[in-house]
Parts: sequence; C-alpha cells; structure tokens
Amino acid sequence: MMDTMTQDHAQPKAAALPPAIKPAPETEPLRARIEDFSFFYADGTKAIKHVDMPILDRKVTAIIGPSGCGKSTLLRSLNRMHDLYPGNRYEGKIILEPEGDNLIGPHSDPVLVRLRVGMVFQKPNPFPKTIYENVAAGLRVRGIRNKAVIDEAVEGALRRAAIWDEAKDRLHKSAYDMSGGQQQRLCIARALAPNPEILLLDEPTSALDPIATAKVEDLVRELSNSVTVVIVTHNMQQAARISHRTAFMYLGELIEFGETSQIFTNPRHPRTENYITGRYG
Amino acid sequence: MSVTTNGALSTAVRTDQRAIDAVMKAKRRDLWVAGAGMFVMVVSMALLLSLIADLMIRGLPRIDLDFLSNFPSRRAERAGILSAWVGTLLVMLVTAFLAVPIGVGAGLYLEEYARKGWVSNFIEVNVSNLAGVPSIIYGLLALGLFVYGLSLGKTILVAGMTLALLILPIVIVATREAVRSIPKIIKEGAYGLGADQWQVMWQYIIPAARPGILTGAIVGLSRAIGETAPIITIGALTFIAFLPPSPVSGDFPFISFAWLNEGFTVLPIQMFNWVSRPQADFHVNAAATGVVLLALTFALNGIAIWIRYRLRKAHRN
Ligand SMILES: Nc1ncnc2c1ncn2[C@@H]1O[C@H](COP(=O)(O)OP(=O)(O)O)[C@@H](O)[C@H]1O
Ligand SMILES: [Mg+2]
Repeated sequence: MMDTMTQDHAQPKAAALPPAIKPAPETEPLRARIEDFSFFYADGTKAIKHVDMPILDRKVTAIIGPSGCGKSTLLRSLNRMHDLYPGNRYEGKIILEPEGDNLIGPHSDPVLVRLRVGMVFQKPNPFPKTIYENVAAGLRVRGIRNKAVIDEAVEGALRRAAIWDEAKDRLHKSAYDMSGGQQQRLCIARALAPNPEILLLDEPTSALDPIATAKVEDLVRELSNSVTVVIVTHNMQQAARISHRTAFMYLGELIEFGETSQIFTNPRHPRTENYITGRYG
Repeated sequence: MSVTTNGALSTAVRTDQRAIDAVMKAKRRDLWVAGAGMFVMVVSMALLLSLIADLMIRGLPRIDLDFLSNFPSRRAERAGILSAWVGTLLVMLVTAFLAVPIGVGAGLYLEEYARKGWVSNFIEVNVSNLAGVPSIIYGLLALGLFVYGLSLGKTILVAGMTLALLILPIVIVATREAVRSIPKIIKEGAYGLGADQWQVMWQYIIPAARPGILTGAIVGLSRAIGETAPIITIGALTFIAFLPPSPVSGDFPFISFAWLNEGFTVLPIQMFNWVSRPQADFHVNAAATGVVLLALTFALNGIAIWIRYRLRKAHRN
C-alpha cells in the first residue's frame, strides 16, 4: 500500500526512469521483424511509439502490459486490421521473413496480408454457420472449391486445434451449439485451416473459464511446433507458461523484450519489474 | 451524570420507513401507469377489432368465386373484382422488382461503401424525410414526371414505379438497420480470414442481413398494396372491364411485357369507387373488397413474420 502511494507521488520522477531497452539481436531464425514502427489512430492518438521487435519463427511471442498500453493495436497492425477503419496511419516497417516483404509498405495489399497472417479475437466469434462451414470459410475465401481438399483441411485444422474429437460427430450442426471454450478453439481451427504464416491471438482466453483456458494454453504450446504465434495476454502466468519470448509494453512503447524466463525472473527495466511484481497494471 | 442515547438507530428506522413509503408510492404510480396503458390498449384494440368485424360481417358473405372472377359491372350483384386483384398483383410485381433491388443496393452502399461524411449524412437525413412525405405527393411527382414528362401514360408500369418510389425509403432504412445490427466481431472475423469487401458483402453481410431486408421489403409492399391516393392522382380511377395481356404465352418468346403498358385498376380504387356509389348493394361489394385487401395485407405480414422466424432460427446469433 505504502509502496503504491510513493509510486503515485513519484510521478514526475518516473519520467526519469531509464529509456526503453532495445531488443538484443536474435540468433534463431525470424519470421518477422518490426522496425521503428509507430501507429496513429484517426483521432491522432499515437498508440504505438517506435517499436522494434523480432518475431521468432515457430515460437510463441507474448505481448504483456497494462490495459491500454497498445497490445491490441500492435497485434492488429500485424494483419492490417486497422485498414478496416478510415484515417489510421502506420509508420515504419513490418518485414515478413524470409521474403522480406514489408506488410505496411505502400504496395502491400491489406487483404493479401490477412491471407498470410491469421487472427483469433478476444471473444469467440464463430460465424452463424455450421462447424464445418466455419472452418472451411478461410478456404472458400481463397477460392478453393474442391470438396475433398476442403474436407481434408477441415479435419486437419480441427485436429490441430485439438477439437476434432468434440466436433467430428456434429460437423454439420451450428457452431453456436458449442460452449465458449469450444467456440474459441473452433475459431483457432478456422484461422489455422488456410495455413497462415503467423497466427495472432488477442487475449484469446479472457472470456473463458479456467478449464477452457488451460485447454487453449496447451493448444498454443503445441501449435508452436508448426506455426509462428503472437499472443496478447493480460495474464502474466499465462505468458510465462506458454511463450518463448515476452514483450513488455507501456504507454505505446516496447519497454523490454527478451526470453520469457529472463523477463519474469530477471527483468532489467524497473518498469518491467514493477509490472511483473504486481505493483501496477 | 446520565447519558442520553443519541438516537442514531431511531433515525435510521425513520429513514427506513420513509424509504418504504417512497417505494410504495412508486409502486402505486407504476400500477396507475400500467392500468392506464392497459385501458388505452384495450379500447383501441376493441375499436380496431369491431371495425374489422363490421367489415367482415358485411363483406364476407358476398365473397364467392363469381365475385373474384367477374369484372366490375353496373349491376351490383354481378360485379366482381377480377380486374382489381389482377391489377394489384401486377402493380405489386413491378413495385417489388424495382423497389427491392434498388433499395437494398442503396442501403448496402450507404452502410458499407459510402464514405462517412456530410454527403452521407445529408443523404441519410433525406431518406428518413422521404419516408414521411405524404403519399399523394408521390402521386403528383409521378403524374408530372412519368405520365406527362416521359409520356408513359396511366399504366401498370407507372403505378409500379410510383409505389416503388414510395416504399424505397422503407426498404433502404430496413436494409441499413439490418446491416448495422451485424456484430462488428463477425465482420472483423471475416476480414481477418483474408476476405475482401466483395466476399464479406456476399458471403457474410447479405446472408446475415437477409431476414431484416426481407421483412423491410414486405412491410413496404404491404404499405404499397393499400395505397390509393398516389394511384388516383396518376389518373387510374377508371372503369376497367378487361385484363391486361398475359405475361406468359404458349408461343415464342413465351414471355411478354405488353401488360406493363396497359391501363389497370387496383383493389383500393375499386373499393373507393363502390363506396362512392349511392346504392347500398355496392357498399356491400366495397366491404367485400376491403376484406380481400385486408386478407392480402395480413398474409404479407404473416409471410414477413414467418421469414424472420425461419431465418432467425437458421442464423441464430
Ligand atoms: N479506435 C481507436 N481510436 C483512438 N484511440 C484508440 C482506438 N482504439 C484504441 N485506442 C487507444 O489506443 C491505446 C491502446 O489501446 P489498445 O491497443 O486497445 O490497448 P490494450 O490492448 O493494450 O489494452 C489506448 O490508449 C486506447 O485508448
Ligand atoms: Mg486489448
């Protein structure tokens, strides 16, 4: 209690905290590089400020930080979700490796970006269709019509999302008949079906109960064998349990980035330490 | 020294009593409002039902096959509504074919494609205003523009165009509301899979908005079916004792559009016609026509409810 009080009173002094720590160069292969990236909402809010961040190939990268620090904004930049609303602006680069394509370059088409980078949302959002059609949706969008191909992809995606056993006997029933946790895994299967290069998850368990949460966590850990995952979470234990790299954000800045165990056991920036020890946020 | 109790508890008790009184008073007021509302509702329902019942009692016995298959006649007992109901059907066909695609297209465009700005605000305000314009104004517009301006005459086509204009705002507003009620996370989910705007429109938005759009279209048609003023204004108040040429025929090219350019009458006009006669027998005919018109309106509304129910069930959300 005393601690928090001093913290509040020391606001002017907080500005004197050391600057954000730039991520160290990675030796492992990268799937994407975020370089000097800033993001502005239509109303002028600079929600992301000069972020540099590597995204490791087929590893889980967690983004943590207090509410409103820009986690969702950063994540949604990776598949150009902000292009759905007018007036938003990206600055800097988001390079997809190994091709080196800049996702936010002037010649990059947001629709093509979303074909490569899949997304799962905070609240399960299955379409008002059957389970089968939900998983097939991404393939249909890509113009795939061959039933055998779709059948196979649907089964494969449901298996990868660890929901095949629960879904196989009711593939042609409405997705709304599933529980919230099953719906979220269905949404993961839907995102996986077209084989995205990166899978984005924005607080995917915040609407789920503990058992469903544990299932999704197991699934994400399992997935990192085959797909690059970036996950936003406000649950630090979750980040510690499932991720290889952790990014800590604060007020739109990337304060510290590193191996998950290092961030949680030996944070180098005082803000990171305050956050993971629960002193704010 | 004695200690006097400060009575904190008794104050509390008193406050409690006051709170209870206030709640009781609010409850009595609720009861009054509910009672008054009930009264108004029962009275207006009773009035409406007695009007319908009166129409039924006078009109229903008059309806038989002859009444439906005879042309109007100077002799009340031989007169029928064949030309009127065929006319209504054909005019509604034209109205639906024009108002639904144009209205739905405009609604989708305004909601999904148009850039939000003063232009779209201006259009929005005007569309809502159009919905409130008295129908006779549409009749005047049609008389000036379609009948005289474009020299189209007093035809089925012109009547259909006029009524389509009349119900266009209803269809547009219903479409926009149906599209707007689709949750944002469903749209984002579709875009997130890499769908482009065209795919999202056809595979997600239109299917999800379909119940609302269809309901709007049918509500619009059930308004158009009873409209009399604009049709009288374009000059269709005539004695019609023939049917327009059939749209389908046995000979090549099987489909004909000649009927579009024919004169016509519709049910409400036929009714109006008979009501204005002095003979009581014609008033019975008018009542019978009213029953048919009411039945059509109820049927349309019934279809709207059924569609909404069926599609809601299929698209449960
Ligand atoms: N559409 C928007 N327009 C303007 N500002 C926004 C918008 N969405 C979010 N913000 C602001 O951007 C900042 C980051 O938001 P967000 O990325 O949602 O945070 P987080 O996901 O970390 O809770 C917040 O200050 C928020 O108020
Ligand atoms: Mg968020």
